[in-house]
Amino acid sequence: MKTIHVSTTVNGDAAEFICGPDESLLDVLRNRLGLTGAKEGCGTGDCGACSVMLDGRLVCSCLVLGAEAEGVTVDTIEGLAEGDHLHPLQQSFIDHAALQCGVCTPGILVAAKALLDRNPDPTETEVRYWLAGNLCRCTGYDKIIHAVMDAAKTMRAA
Amino acid sequence: MRFVRPETLEEAATLLGQESGVTRIISGGTDVMVQMRSGLVAPDLVVDLKHLTGLRSITPEAGGFRIGAAVSGAQLGEHEGVCALWPGVVEGVQLIGSTQVQGRATMVGNLCNGSPAADAVPGLVAADATVRIMGPNGSRDCPVAEIPAGPGRTTLGKGEFVTSVFLPARPERSGDAYLRFTPRTEMDIAVAAAAVSLTVDAKGVVTAARVALGAVAPTVMLVPEAAAAIIGTTLDDAAQAALAAAASAACNPIDDKRGTIEFRTRVAGVLARRAALIALARAGGQN
Repeated sequence: MKTIHVSTTVNGDAAEFICGPDESLLDVLRNRLGLTGAKEGCGTGDCGACSVMLDGRLVCSCLVLGAEAEGVTVDTIEGLAEGDHLHPLQQSFIDHAALQCGVCTPGILVAAKALLDRNPDPTETEVRYWLAGNLCRCTGYDKIIHAVMDAAKTMRAA
Repeated sequence: MRFVRPETLEEAATLLGQESGVTRIISGGTDVMVQMRSGLVAPDLVVDLKHLTGLRSITPEAGGFRIGAAVSGAQLGEHEGVCALWPGVVEGVQLIGSTQVQGRATMVGNLCNGSPAADAVPGLVAADATVRIMGPNGSRDCPVAEIPAGPGRTTLGKGEFVTSVFLPARPERSGDAYLRFTPRTEMDIAVAAAAVSLTVDAKGVVTAARVALGAVAPTVMLVPEAAAAIIGTTLDDAAQAALAAAASAACNPIDDKRGTIEFRTRVAGVLARRAALIALARAGGQN
């Protein structure tokens, strides 16, 4: 199987990697670029644990080929905090204890940021629908929704 | 497996036409990647066309819109012109999957995946949309209704692929709508579905209609008898009942754990009636 050389941008930095033609972007991020924040839950686009931004769109990285990253921008959970300074969403998840095992958390943070970037003042219903593709098996949804709503409030006040 | 990004549509058609093994186009990848992973399909050649001119653009054309094959559901939903002209088509597309899936999934992929329950397809069939197809023998146009051939199958020939969808202009006082039944509100697949597109005159009489059903036959299907039941009426109670009866009569569904034959048949009629009422309201009519 012929490998493919890919030049892309990850969290604002130029990145290059070599991958197999059938390798997912999720596997590339985790196994070749050392970015293990995005998780593999289902591998079929149902759980959202692998959520990343691809050219500004929220996607499941398990449903993207690594080869498709050529020439695009990829933003992952690793780019959310600025150095040691947590993003308001991250701080809010800590404050609300909005995580238990944590496997779904990176995907939910990436997805929630995508929502707040386009809608700074969402209703609870909007948050719940937007995050319908992010599954939490610890059933911590209520705290997650409240953490997102509260982070939105903090960000609007900033 | 080879992954290729051709420079032109012609090159893609040649590549796909000459490949002796299994081929797949990847646009959103939301079906292809899942099928590859599950072992359902092991392509020898995967072709990515998203970078080619026009494949990701929405362009006004003859009063309607030409929508590139790689336009995502999210991109479509942000286009005010398409949402205003064909809201029923857009609402069908946007019911597919999660926010993440909407970021990549395309209506052409939904069509070519060949699912009888494809949410994007009944709206397109009701809209009398056409697709532009590229292939080894050049380009041709084809009604969307003629693409599905059965579960997982299409009428596309060897080396052929869809490059765009054309949603036509529509007369004043027109509306469309799509409804599906799912046990859950999100992240589910239609058990039965209906799309209705109609036009009314100044008195509110339906002058033209198209009714399409999903998930109740081997393919999404146009039901002319259901349209005939409301043309010439104001969608009064009798016309609504005739529409539901005609829609149910056209059903030929499977019987499975997600819905029995009786349930799907009954619900398809109910959905057709309700979709017609929404389409009528959008057309500015009163029943």
